[in-house]
Amino acid sequence: MTDLIHLSADALARKLTSKEVSAVEVTQAHLDRIDAVDGAINAFLHVNTDEALLVAAEVDKARTGGDALHPLAGVPIAVKDLIVTKGQPTTAGSRILEGWQSPYDATVVRRLRAAKMPILGKTNLDEFAMGSSTEHSAFGPTRNPWDLDRIPGGSGGGSAAAVAAFEAPLALGTDTGGSIRQPGAVTGTVGVKPTYGGVSRYGAIAMASSLDQIGPVSRTVLDSALLHEVIGGHDPHDSTSLTDPVGALVEAARMGQVEGMRIGVIKELQGDGYQAGVLTRFHESLELLRSAGAEIVEVSCPNFRYALGAYYLIMPSEASSNLAKYDGVRFGLRVVPDGTPTIERVMGATRAAGFGDEVKRRIILGTYALSAGYYDAYYGSAQKVRTLIQRDFAAAFEQADVLVSPTAPTTAFKLGEKLDDPLAMYLNDVATIPANLAGVPGLSLPGGLADEDGLPVGIQLLAPARQDARLYRVGAVLESLLEDTWGGPLLAKAPEITQIAGGK
Amino acid sequence: MAEINRDDVAHLARLAHIDMTDAELDRMAGELAVIVDSIKSVSEVAGDDVPATSHPIPLSNVFRDDVVGETLSNEEALLGAPDNADGRFKVPAILDGE
Repeated sequence: MTDLIHLSADALARKLTSKEVSAVEVTQAHLDRIDAVDGAINAFLHVNTDEALLVAAEVDKARTGGDALHPLAGVPIAVKDLIVTKGQPTTAGSRILEGWQSPYDATVVRRLRAAKMPILGKTNLDEFAMGSSTEHSAFGPTRNPWDLDRIPGGSGGGSAAAVAAFEAPLALGTDTGGSIRQPGAVTGTVGVKPTYGGVSRYGAIAMASSLDQIGPVSRTVLDSALLHEVIGGHDPHDSTSLTDPVGALVEAARMGQVEGMRIGVIKELQGDGYQAGVLTRFHESLELLRSAGAEIVEVSCPNFRYALGAYYLIMPSEASSNLAKYDGVRFGLRVVPDGTPTIERVMGATRAAGFGDEVKRRIILGTYALSAGYYDAYYGSAQKVRTLIQRDFAAAFEQADVLVSPTAPTTAFKLGEKLDDPLAMYLNDVATIPANLAGVPGLSLPGGLADEDGLPVGIQLLAPARQDARLYRVGAVLESLLEDTWGGPLLAKAPEITQIAGGK
Repeated sequence: MAEINRDDVAHLARLAHIDMTDAELDRMAGELAVIVDSIKSVSEVAGDDVPATSHPIPLSNVFRDDVVGETLSNEEALLGAPDNADGRFKVPAILDGE
């Protein structure tokens, strides 16, 4: 049974279809794994045992009855706790939503249910997805399966760690400035931020609406493509949802060739600030792509140096307005202070008690950037920088079909190391943020282990808007070339997680 | 570009309806000053000739057909509310006194 947890979603789907295993067996194997290791990892905030097994049993019954089923029916999945689900709590990693249950499902969750994929539970995250380490979760940090003293990335550290620790073959994440891709990089897993609007945001608790995007988390490039096809496509509930069809992503992942493709190395996303072992693995990946017949070209995106600054104006500005709804009136926490409890005093006390430090910092920063007298200088200027970054991408994609960079400048750092230095924490996202500002899709896949610390390095691929298929095409080829050099998947090199009793 | 000081933070916290202790205000003012300093270059790069981008993929006039869809029932809408009465959200007094 333990072998089931090491299989890819694609392999599980084939075993399920051929009736070699049942969906209940597959789901139970993952629930057992969660029980065994999640006390150490803390990837899950809620485990959805009963419903997951019920859905799995339905799949088995339908299969026995010869009913038509989605190819991924019975393949279990974990969902980031920023995405609302009926019948399970959704906390966004915040005390202000502790115990709250959504009265409706996110569109992506409806699509998982329609495909009859058992939902294993909800995964940990930085509070309201604000962070790069999962340390800002109100419910304790998630730990990196490669080294329990290190961060799993963030904000989607729970989803990435769950997949890396074989607690789930698939997970959903959200990516506002790198929250899918950076955790993928530091845990040796795959994560994809689709084109903005390519996957409905309906039911994803909003941080920065013009940047947020739901996407797949998995151990293989093909698995992300399979999941992306389940969740992608137009949704009338999200007015920013693109009307384009989701595209032949699985086919792209199975294409298996990159000959003649032009792959652009972004000059500005390497060098100073990037760990030596990250750059070594990055350059190896470039050589592998070259050996497969791709043409490697250098491109320059000079305005990317302003991306981090623009992001830390736009994101807090949008977040400060999106988080205004947590006022102790319609849902979530209400704290009634002593004395005369007017609504204004209740709001002040509720938000003081319910929000953590990083959320407060960003709300204050956003309120500042949107203030009269500062709006043009800050928010307005940041939106202009956004145009410059889009122009950089447009020029780069004239010269290259796909762009490539390290996903994060370093490997996983130690828990606590950057917690008291917000600016150092923000620098983790320097390579992932430009894609969110421009709306283009990005994928991170494992590029090997850094020589100096033996920890995973991520390779990021970026494509023009609506060309997500290119990421899967190039990503799958690079993954296969790298796995040939490693003699198997990178996660086979991960240490065995200390089995501690009484997980969840 | 203006600096951000402790009084500014206190004012912003009031605007954002977040009660803050003196210690929190001191710490937040220090942290925000560093952050604001590091991002102020943004206001200097783009000239007046550069248009602003508010939305990464331009879309306009997104409409849907005017048909009745699923809505939450009154009960569902109130399910997560801290307090309710007579099918409505119940809030503390709006005005002080009385």
